[in-house]
Amino acid sequence: MTAVITGVGVVAPTGIGVEEHWTAVVNGDTAIRPISRFDASGYPVRHAGEIREFDAAERVPSLLVPQTDHWTHLGFQAAEMALADAGVDPAELPEYEMAVVTAASSGGTEFGQKEIQKLWSKGSRAVGAYQSIAWFYAASTGQISIRHGMRGPCGVIANEQAGGLDVLAQARRMLRNGAKVVVSGGTDASLCPYGLTAQLSSGLLSRDPDPARAFRPFTPGAAGYLPGEGGGKLIIEDAAHAAARGVRAPYGEVAGYAATFDPPPRSGRPPTLRRAIDGALADAAITAAEVDVVFADAMGEAGADLREAAAISAVFGPYGVPVAAPKVLTGRLYAGGAPLDVITALMCMRDGIVPAVPGGWELDPEQHIDLVQGEPRRMPVRTVLVLARGYGGFNAALVLRAP
Amino acid sequence: MADLGLDELKKIMRTCGVAESVDLDGEILDVPFEQLGYDSLAVLEIQGQIEQEFAVAMSDDALEHTKTPRQMLDFANDLITTGA
Repeated sequence: MTAVITGVGVVAPTGIGVEEHWTAVVNGDTAIRPISRFDASGYPVRHAGEIREFDAAERVPSLLVPQTDHWTHLGFQAAEMALADAGVDPAELPEYEMAVVTAASSGGTEFGQKEIQKLWSKGSRAVGAYQSIAWFYAASTGQISIRHGMRGPCGVIANEQAGGLDVLAQARRMLRNGAKVVVSGGTDASLCPYGLTAQLSSGLLSRDPDPARAFRPFTPGAAGYLPGEGGGKLIIEDAAHAAARGVRAPYGEVAGYAATFDPPPRSGRPPTLRRAIDGALADAAITAAEVDVVFADAMGEAGADLREAAAISAVFGPYGVPVAAPKVLTGRLYAGGAPLDVITALMCMRDGIVPAVPGGWELDPEQHIDLVQGEPRRMPVRTVLVLARGYGGFNAALVLRAP
Repeated sequence: MADLGLDELKKIMRTCGVAESVDLDGEILDVPFEQLGYDSLAVLEIQGQIEQEFAVAMSDDALEHTKTPRQMLDFANDLITTGA
């Protein structure tokens, strides 16, 4: 069984639809702007990657709009685009052979905040019935499953940013267990007062007021990251099933994967991202030399960057592989971040273009990685390694191979 | 307090969305909510909004007695009239 990606859908600050997103990424057009979804002037973080021009009333079925959070609205849209892109009409496939597994990180915070406000201002009876289904992590998976009649195995993985890769591996397991088509990926949308306050508690957000300087991973004095919203959905399919229904050129193959969990702080034991990379390469049965590009987790926090750069240079050698970090254009999207990176990596393979971070950054000389900077690098790309880390010690590594 | 009228009920129903094939301005009084696209959770939401607007409290078994818009109007107005 070979797990291939046959459809992608993007709802990101950089664009709605994969081509709009990819064009922005290649051009290095940043989507980081002042937060507009609420008055953030009193908050220590005032810039983010917001999705512009997304009107749920236009894009989501009327009955589903009030039942679901903004994050699920984005998930609906991304899933719909991915299905259309794959040429999959769920009405034509056996319902128990279609599965859904998405990553979730914040859940429905904006929805939840409105209901909490009702609770505190008007009492418990004012809390709407939909709160029971809108906030929780499995809401997007469940709603996508119901909407498209996908009654095969369904699940959600909630471990912040790493989950966006873990779900693709879970989709591959589902295919091995008999599912034929899996909707996977993830979105997150937590740019509301409650959501931003929760994010601030990690201490990892950049408080630098200059949006051009705030989120600069792998630079000396990196101050943290800026948040964003959105993500992407992917259709993962058994290659034989895809071929049988006439798919000639899937985007790529989910070729290898591994996940690890870091030891607790002050344990004296080393972090385990490197072990995840080694495991993913072994799972794909390739050597490090065969990897053309690495999409980094690129958290932008000094210690985290140092650990990631050390893991990359330990596996690939100092400056041994081009490294991309397109999330500097969108901010960190949590559950949506890694799926978007995977889709961007598929475009990178398709077009032979490795996206760059803005030029003019002074990179940290202690971090021996070849971060693509200034101009995108044109080169043949057959194999990409995507990395993601989730708050609290989760690491995931995924190998994508061109078809 | 004024009774709950059909127009007011429809306004509340619209906040829960409207199914693509449904015209709330058509003959809906005796059409079950389910056929109008509102599942039991949506009906709970509609009840909750009526409770808030008319300061009444519906019992847990109210769902059994509010299967259609007409039943909802009757049930709610009974509560509103008796001040329950």
